[in-house]
Amino acid sequence: MEYYCRLGDGHLIKMTKEEMKNSIEAGTNDAAERGEIPALSDDEQEFLLDILCNPNKNVSVEPGNEIVVTHDIGTIRIDGDQGNSGVGIPVSRLAGILIHERAFGTDTMELGHIDYSFKPVKPIIFQEQQTIERVNLLATILVLYGAMPNLGLYYYPDGPFNNPSERFQAGDVAGALEAQEKAAEHAHRDMVYIMKNLWDVGCEGVNFDTTAAAGDADFYATLMATEELKRDTGLVVEMGMAAENVIGIHGSIEYKGTRLAGLYPHEQVKVAEKAGVDVFGPVCNTNTSRDMAWNMARAVTFVKACVEASDIPIHVNMGMGVGGTPMFETPATDMVTRASKAMAEIAKVDGI
Amino acid sequence: MGMPIAHVMASGMQGIRAAGDLVARMQFAKRMRLKEAKEYVAKKLGVDVIELVDVETMRNLREELDIGVVTSVPGAATGIEAKARISELLDIPIAPVERLKSKMKLE
Repeated sequence: MEYYCRLGDGHLIKMTKEEMKNSIEAGTNDAAERGEIPALSDDEQEFLLDILCNPNKNVSVEPGNEIVVTHDIGTIRIDGDQGNSGVGIPVSRLAGILIHERAFGTDTMELGHIDYSFKPVKPIIFQEQQTIERVNLLATILVLYGAMPNLGLYYYPDGPFNNPSERFQAGDVAGALEAQEKAAEHAHRDMVYIMKNLWDVGCEGVNFDTTAAAGDADFYATLMATEELKRDTGLVVEMGMAAENVIGIHGSIEYKGTRLAGLYPHEQVKVAEKAGVDVFGPVCNTNTSRDMAWNMARAVTFVKACVEASDIPIHVNMGMGVGGTPMFETPATDMVTRASKAMAEIAKVDGI
Repeated sequence: MGMPIAHVMASGMQGIRAAGDLVARMQFAKRMRLKEAKEYVAKKLGVDVIELVDVETMRNLREELDIGVVTSVPGAATGIEAKARISELLDIPIAPVERLKSKMKLE
């Protein structure tokens, strides 16, 4: 007998139970080997197999196992119309937040700039301050301000500093490292400037989304901004990562004695805790060439280790292409709901 | 639909339809893990943990406590009014509520 499954790119395939079992074993062992963490137990692998082979199109958790569901990317999925997975409905960001609150049943929401990076927000901070003021009058749920640290915007040709990739290619290693360190200083300064201005008008918190997308210097800047914001304001801080492994583009940057390059989710969260992060969002990237049994097992293994290592709530990232979800812009609900159940009931996450 | 609604239907606590927003607030405000946050909110509401996601229970209770409901009800607290009542109920500061108090010179 064969069961419907999907590849990591969302393509529908059929697999036998034995094939799925082998994929689950290979996926969890891959995560265990890379992260030096425990693989899923035989019982957990069997449970994941049951979830994947469930004959129903969509699945859900048992009553009592529900988890908190939060959102990143702000309202861009509603009003975004620039090829970034938004559906282009011409409503205001305020309306988008209320739609999420009152129609989608979300537990928290975000305000975000259409570019969704911190740097472009700086020149329009007054606009963002007044928008969050209006949102705060009408929204009942917790509303964060969300954006990406996006260190890449600080390098030539988008920013003032040398491009590390170009410097490395030119053999100028010292120049490449210096550019990243200077960019991190500026990104740290910009994130703090923006969030302190938003705190001044009543913003409740920040979501640093896709942290470390530009490597270890990006992660460092965000940790430093978190530390300063927790020291000087009452903002709550959520930190969502970009990948399961911090890319060491710099390679030697440390935060409080821990080298950031190469950290996996169960190690990332301990550094985030030291900086003062309140809620942490681990990521495991989807391999589009492997089936979703392999991807889901791998993601659940990484995230379970993170949940167990953490002293703060863990909200796993489960958008398209991460957290056991297919890398497809409109992911099929059969796989999304299976991944959702697996994260809630095997990894025991505190939220999504 | 593929992500936000699928996750909420598969494993979500349903925000202000039930009590998901309140549990989320405790996670962020006090770094409570899921179990602790659910127990804290259930105790404050005087319900069993399982009832936090029961829409029938929570709809009536939210209306009675006047902490915001998902549909429009004339006279019911919404937005900043609901947040002010939630702040008091959960015993946590909520930044825009603190700002309102400051503007009114209440504290």
